[in-house]
Amino acid sequence: MKVEQISVFLENKPGSLVHATRVLKENNINIRTLSLAETVDFGILRLIVNDVEKTNKVLKDAGFRVSKTVVVAVEVPDQPGGLHSIMEALTQEAINVEYLYAFVEKSGQNAVIIFRFDDPEKAIDVLLKHKFTVVPGTNLYEF
Amino acid sequence: MMYNEEFETLPREALKALQVKRLQRVLQRVYHSVGFYKKSMDAAKILPDDFRSLDDLKKLPFITRQDLRNNYPFGLFAVPMSNIVRLHASSGTSGRSSVFSYTRRDLETWTELTARSLIAAGLTKNDIVHNAFSYGLLPGGLGVHYGAEKIGASVIPMSDGNTKRQITLLQDFGPTVLCSTPSYALHLAEEGVAMGVDMKSLQLRVGIFGAELWSEKTRDAIENAFGIKAFNIFGLSEMLGPGLASECLEGRHGMHIFEDHFLVETVNPLTGEVLPEGEEGELVFTSLTKEAFPLVRYRSGDISRLIPEPCRCGRTHIRMERVLKRSDDMLTIRGINIFPSQVEAILKEIQGVEPDYQLIIDKVGALDAVELHVEVGDKFFSETGGVKELQIIEKRIVKDMKDYLSISPRVKLVAPQTLKEKGSKVIDNRVI
Repeated sequence: MKVEQISVFLENKPGSLVHATRVLKENNINIRTLSLAETVDFGILRLIVNDVEKTNKVLKDAGFRVSKTVVVAVEVPDQPGGLHSIMEALTQEAINVEYLYAFVEKSGQNAVIIFRFDDPEKAIDVLLKHKFTVVPGTNLYEF
Repeated sequence: MMYNEEFETLPREALKALQVKRLQRVLQRVYHSVGFYKKSMDAAKILPDDFRSLDDLKKLPFITRQDLRNNYPFGLFAVPMSNIVRLHASSGTSGRSSVFSYTRRDLETWTELTARSLIAAGLTKNDIVHNAFSYGLLPGGLGVHYGAEKIGASVIPMSDGNTKRQITLLQDFGPTVLCSTPSYALHLAEEGVAMGVDMKSLQLRVGIFGAELWSEKTRDAIENAFGIKAFNIFGLSEMLGPGLASECLEGRHGMHIFEDHFLVETVNPLTGEVLPEGEEGELVFTSLTKEAFPLVRYRSGDISRLIPEPCRCGRTHIRMERVLKRSDDMLTIRGINIFPSQVEAILKEIQGVEPDYQLIIDKVGALDAVELHVEVGDKFFSETGGVKELQIIEKRIVKDMKDYLSISPRVKLVAPQTLKEKGSKVIDNRVI
């Protein structure tokens, strides 16, 4: 039920993001969705891609510091209060969200949100218990 | 004016005879009480009794900073701890710093030497001394403090930092003498002007500056900023502290090395060969009167030139030119001596950080500013893809640098391999 995200360390200087996107293009990697977290000095690019292993390898070969991160994709009703319903369930069960970002495409009528939890297994149990739909990685990498 | 005219003007022949006599005593003492010296003198096949004239000096082995570290903390002390009344130490993690000890008599000697230095710069008991050398484990602040008290001056034990408060006291207490690192003096001047204070209208008339490499250009800048006469003071923690050598009012060219307490040689930094007096080289010092922590032929790493010509002040003690270079990779940052290897040790200790780094030192205003670039290691780029973990590591590096080395760098994490391309681990953009 888990999703693998590629995390890339980027120095906060001109050219470092374009270097990463060039490597992805040259290796024919499709970015399914992404988010960029940044501080004054550095950023972390988070990617959901069509081929996790290949992306991991080509970025490492190009000299990037890369890690694979376990995240959880959840379907959210595309209506007011959709995200709030998930957050309420998580809060009740004392599950902390480290970060989150939205998936570009919808799954049917629903939006998809990518969550990073400190304990993904427990978070998935809680989400399923509360009748949310957890989207497996294979459904996201390709469509 | 002199503090100890008899010894400061001893004719050279008598001075040399005194040095030989004192050195013979030192050699006897260290050979029989410090294992390191017994071993190194046995290996060099020279015994204390073999030493008869200053020419024999070159047969004795050197002692280096690495030897000091290898014997951390107390391995080179020549007296039991019960006879030691003070300990000072350099910056650095365990095994990478040096520890300096003093008997009561060592403190008296040191106090006399800083008193000599202050009198040489024209100080009297009527002066009020604003002492902004750092008080603490480093010996700068306390060394000057006791010398100033000894001559009867009024001492303000300011230490460094709290710049606004310092400027307030410079106005309110009316000190006549400022003691600090040259860069901190310029910083005080800049901050004072920014606060709307006319730094030239203060009561200051003399400044005593040291603990950093500084040039005549900086001296001019300080003298112009405060309207004072600036003097250079030199010291090594290994040789008590400040007051090993000092400029005099009459000459202000080169610092008199107090040769009744220290023996100086100049050597080729690469070969260790002794150079003729007056040639540029690495200064090597031998303590002649220290009890707790005597050093024989200590390689200072400071490059300078001795000035054998007599000085018009009447002191017979040889002078050394200001130190503008080092023979090793020691860096002086805001008056604190550090080595790149100490930075490496700190980075290695922080779990997961590879020791690929670059130190970049600049002047921001009058003060040294340090940037530390550290490559993101594979291990510490954690699996969470979070920003928090990296920020924790950044903070840890800043804190450990502050805790162990007393310097506060701006830490920047950089991508792998970027530092290898840049080559040098230290980039010092400062102009002295």
